[in-house]
Amino acid sequence: MNRLKIITNGIIKGNPTFVLVLGMCPTLGTTTSAANGMGMGLATTFVLMLSNLVISLISGVVPSKVRIPSFVVVIAVFVTVVQLVMQAYVPALYETLGLFIPLIVVNCIVLGRAEAYASKNRPLDSFLDGLGSGLGFTLSLTTLGAIRELLGSGAFFGWKVIPGDAMLVFILAPGAFLALGYLMVLFNKIKKA
Amino acid sequence: MEYILIIISAVFVNNIVLNQFLGVCPFLGVSNKISTAVGMSAAVVFVMTLSTLITYLVQYYILNPLNIGFMQTVTFILVIAALVQMVEIILKKISPALYQALGIFLPLITTNCAVLGVAILVVTKEFTYGGTAAMLNLPQALVYTASMAVGFGLALIIFAGMREQMDLVGVPKPFRGVPIALITAGILALAFMGFSGIV
Repeated sequence: MNRLKIITNGIIKGNPTFVLVLGMCPTLGTTTSAANGMGMGLATTFVLMLSNLVISLISGVVPSKVRIPSFVVVIAVFVTVVQLVMQAYVPALYETLGLFIPLIVVNCIVLGRAEAYASKNRPLDSFLDGLGSGLGFTLSLTTLGAIRELLGSGAFFGWKVIPGDAMLVFILAPGAFLALGYLMVLFNKIKKA
Repeated sequence: MEYILIIISAVFVNNIVLNQFLGVCPFLGVSNKISTAVGMSAAVVFVMTLSTLITYLVQYYILNPLNIGFMQTVTFILVIAALVQMVEIILKKISPALYQALGIFLPLITTNCAVLGVAILVVTKEFTYGGTAAMLNLPQALVYTASMAVGFGLALIIFAGMREQMDLVGVPKPFRGVPIALITAGILALAFMGFSGIV
């Protein structure tokens, strides 16, 4: 029960995108379609889970002065793993996400969870916390991606649902800012009501 | 001529924040006042150019000859983190005035994805000029990086000016804070889209 709470906390109450407003770069940059957003979210989830696990295991040994650099190295190692695996098995997705895969290293969510949670808690809990935050991130990215895809190309996960031309601007850069901005307004409105 | 193309392309057409979505966190975070925006921009131009100079050399003279290109991410982030720390220490010693101005922004830069992003872009992206695509050489890479950083500064300072004005108007409650900032950034990005097709 308690364990379940750790996971759901990252999805709703501590949602990385809508509540904490962290990791804006990949959120805006990779959500041109629902599938891209989901791919990016899952890649980040993988890094979050494993880096949280390892950091929780080593945090007792690492002196607090070199804490941050050591955490960054652990994260960078898992990012490299993700990079190589994606390049081998999903090259098309790897090409689309491009630069944002190596940039998971500097994603504030990953280092944030490592510092705020994993360095103070037990390995299993940290692993679940990573899973929760990762799923919350994936959910927001998929939602934003689905909305942008629907408005920008009239499709849902690649299936054309609205015939005819769509508003291309939502696939382009300005649409990312506008869609996320209005989605946050909606989120605030619902939260208040 | 090619340098002019690189500069225009990096500052306006492919603006790092509004087109490539790198460095959005500091873009939203330190854009409340024009004065802080100027300080942050100066720090980013300085650190970004310096770190790309080093990561470029590391890539071409260490990683490539040894065939360990897969270590790119790990190496670059370590180089950048160490560099920022070093710049902070050196600045504190030799120029306390400059340190006063830039000091508080330096730690923020390590986690600025724009620095790592540009460092990786420079060694992986091909630049098309006059119909032929080629990797950037060192002077081109440095000009490209500096222009990217200037583009970041430009967007940040314009945006800070807009937000200063926005403080004076009554924004509806659900829009306050990040949402209105994002929507403003979206409109600014629309304006920058006007530059596309120039280069």
